[in-house]
Amino acid sequence: MTTSSPSKVHIKTTINGQEHEILVPPYMSLLDTLRELIGLTGTKEGCLDGNCGACTVNLDGRIVDSCLVLGAEANGKEINTVEGLATPEGLHPLQQAFLEEAALQCGICTPGFLVAAKGLLDNEPSPSEGRIRHWLAGNLCRCTGYDKIVRAVQKAANS
Amino acid sequence: MVQTFEPKTDYKVVGTRPIRHDGYDKVTGRAIYGGDTKLPGLIWGVCVRSPHAHARIKSIDTSAAEAMDGVFAVITGADMPKAPSKLVDLGEGNVNFKWASNKLMAQDKVLYKGHPVAAIAAIDRYVGEEAARKVVVEYEVLPSVTNVEDALADDAPVILEDLVGDDLGEDVANTNMAEHIRHEFGDVQGAMASAAHTIEREYNMQMVHQGYIEPQNATAFWDEEDRIKVWTSTQGAFPARAQIAGILQVDVSRVKVTPMEIGGGFGGKIPVYFEPIAALLSKHSGRPVKMVMERTAVFETTGPTPGGKMKIKLGADANGKLTVAEADIWFEAGANPGAMIGPAAMCVYAPYEIPNTRIDGWDVVVNKPKTAPYRAPGSPQVAFAMESAVDELCEQAGWDSMEFRVNNSSREGTRRGDGVLFSKIGMEEVLEAAKGSDHWKSPLGDAPEGKTRGRGIASGYWFNIGLKSSANLAVNPDGTVTLTEGSTDIGGSRASMAMHVAEVLGLQAHDVRPQVVDTESVGYTDVTGGSRTTYATGYACWIAANNLVDVLKERVGVLWDISPEDVDFNDGVFSSKAEAEKTIGFKDLAEKLADLGGPATSTGSVDLESAGDGFGMHIVDVEIDTATGKTDVIRYTAIQDVGTAIHPSYVEGQLQGGAVQGIGWALNEEYFMTDEGSMANSSFLDYRMPTILDLPMIETVLVEVPNPLHPYGVRGVGETPICPPIAAIANAIKEALGVRLYSTPMNAGSILEALK
Repeated sequence: MTTSSPSKVHIKTTINGQEHEILVPPYMSLLDTLRELIGLTGTKEGCLDGNCGACTVNLDGRIVDSCLVLGAEANGKEINTVEGLATPEGLHPLQQAFLEEAALQCGICTPGFLVAAKGLLDNEPSPSEGRIRHWLAGNLCRCTGYDKIVRAVQKAANS
Repeated sequence: MVQTFEPKTDYKVVGTRPIRHDGYDKVTGRAIYGGDTKLPGLIWGVCVRSPHAHARIKSIDTSAAEAMDGVFAVITGADMPKAPSKLVDLGEGNVNFKWASNKLMAQDKVLYKGHPVAAIAAIDRYVGEEAARKVVVEYEVLPSVTNVEDALADDAPVILEDLVGDDLGEDVANTNMAEHIRHEFGDVQGAMASAAHTIEREYNMQMVHQGYIEPQNATAFWDEEDRIKVWTSTQGAFPARAQIAGILQVDVSRVKVTPMEIGGGFGGKIPVYFEPIAALLSKHSGRPVKMVMERTAVFETTGPTPGGKMKIKLGADANGKLTVAEADIWFEAGANPGAMIGPAAMCVYAPYEIPNTRIDGWDVVVNKPKTAPYRAPGSPQVAFAMESAVDELCEQAGWDSMEFRVNNSSREGTRRGDGVLFSKIGMEEVLEAAKGSDHWKSPLGDAPEGKTRGRGIASGYWFNIGLKSSANLAVNPDGTVTLTEGSTDIGGSRASMAMHVAEVLGLQAHDVRPQVVDTESVGYTDVTGGSRTTYATGYACWIAANNLVDVLKERVGVLWDISPEDVDFNDGVFSSKAEAEKTIGFKDLAEKLADLGGPATSTGSVDLESAGDGFGMHIVDVEIDTATGKTDVIRYTAIQDVGTAIHPSYVEGQLQGGAVQGIGWALNEEYFMTDEGSMANSSFLDYRMPTILDLPMIETVLVEVPNPLHPYGVRGVGETPICPPIAAIANAIKEALGVRLYSTPMNAGSILEALK
């Protein structure tokens, strides 16, 4: 069955603090690598062309759309996904604030928003409303009208 | 006899804001959505799609795809069961299974760009896509029509050769006009002739999409017993089951639908798309098959909402009373009939008391994807036309448009355009609240240089459906209660269901654990749509909870050796009517149930008429850059009669989300069609829904006029808020520029054009 597929690429990557050594088809996106090969389905597929942000992950400290990155490019990199936000001690303040502020309705965009917002707060602990809106402009939400998402990020920043 | 309820205010749980039960899974990435489904032996399904909007299929050669390694099965229209041409009621709208089947997989003709002509099951999506490119289809391209005027022209190509149109009851052959309806009462001609002020205008709108972030998906397994298991993101597991069974021509009991978490729908996930195809691919391959739709196909092939043309004519007397209204509505249905002209007719005049009205509506087939419900389907379109015309009539006569709306407001006893009389409604209370809002009382403020500001208002209406719902309860030994229900949770409804139960039982919201279950684990439940879920499924939960109280009174009777009729229940505590000091709390009783007759369970089910009429008014301030034509929304307030807000945060969320979808519809969103009938902007980049950067905070005013038809006064909420925004923005743009726009989208280009 592999006659039509080129050979696979061997990569070592750290995902949510844990090292993974895997073989990735050279054409496979990081999104599919996470979802299909690693089994981390918290990162969502929305458009596969980098325009919705549902697949946002943190790659070596940068916010990226994992549908636009190849799995092979993760070699030697550190990746953090929504599954890495909470600790055994509890939820990340952003997760808690999203729950308390009802900042999700269907929840499909939530993982991407949380990872992107954490990237903002890591860099700027007290962002203005304008900065929050600029930083999160790459993440689409169709349910909430964004009002409660802004409030949740503000609340997490102040906690 | 319909039961009515007196309004209450002394709630313990209703009106509070607990954290939603499913929230923890959704903020940690653990929640399993349709696309996350994994099964042993799972393979992928991929569609081969038409590059043409209208063409005859001359031949399909699948041999090269079938010969590929990693390909398990290839199907075409020839493999689709032949469903009869028959209308079946699915609760919210009818479906003709022949057309529903043909829409999913073309037979002899493709009817819209992206129409599937074959499907492939392969080891993964990459192999499947490679195989799809090897399917050779020969087409005879036919002329296509993509708007109502072209489709109704005398020489228009006929899209569905077997369509028999219904023109006010007369059969019409050889047409793209599927249906023409009319509602009329009073003396329309006479009233128009004697009106002191009249206005007549035409409005045009482009098709728009629901824009949910999660693409359509389905996973299916056809087993050795010919039982079909389906895991999917759907707004209704039972209606999905009925559609799958109807399209595949099997008994409904052979199909089991497990609703996965759903990533948005807004009506667009009521119809099935991939479910029957994945099932057939599974039948042909012997493996479970998963399909996830690419975004281009979501735009090109799944339910948008109609664009079309509308004419409104209004007449008023010299005192500013609306005396007469006429509306002509042409909506594009897409490739099959069903453009929701009926709901449009119900909604067009609903915020007003008008003694003489006429409405004509035409359902027109065009070479575009079959439209699907989208949040108050048909109502935002007619609200754009009606609310624009009302403002223009007021401008012409020199009347204040807010006072005009107050003076002509619909109320209990008003006759809606389709003839129905309103019961207790909250339109007047909404207008009162709008006038009292901080936004309305605040000045617009001065625009910076190069920009200009305007404020607009508009009303909106949706009728909210009732329909069927079921719920089951079971008491756990620790005093918690398990709730199983059939309404897929698209935006926090598990929490409001649990709150209904907790309120009755005197528990905390988190003592009730709600589960949304499959079609073999709860009674029939209609779609999560029509703004019915909190109302109807909540009502079923309330009945189940009251039935559970009756069961538990019997157990207390056993415990105290008294008759159940001599047991009282209040705030979670059972007491003896004879000896008031004899009490037992819900949790203490739960612990003892094993010795008092075993498990305590109950059920509730309903079939309801309506979730109460929903009225709203929105106020918007816009700021327009006169050099670029760009419009910014700088302040926005949504005011709505919500009945009773069970969980106010999620009610506010409905108002905010609906308003923002309406803002996108007003300013940017459209199906931009090429001459060949292809959507030129079928990506999120080019379709351009509102981002977080485009918006201000969305203020909400919850007006609570309890609905007498629900034990807690719940009224449908979710759809009304998408109705006012388009007209409110049109009216604000008019105030800012002095120029009125009659078409959507009102984007920078059309504003610059209007300023010329």
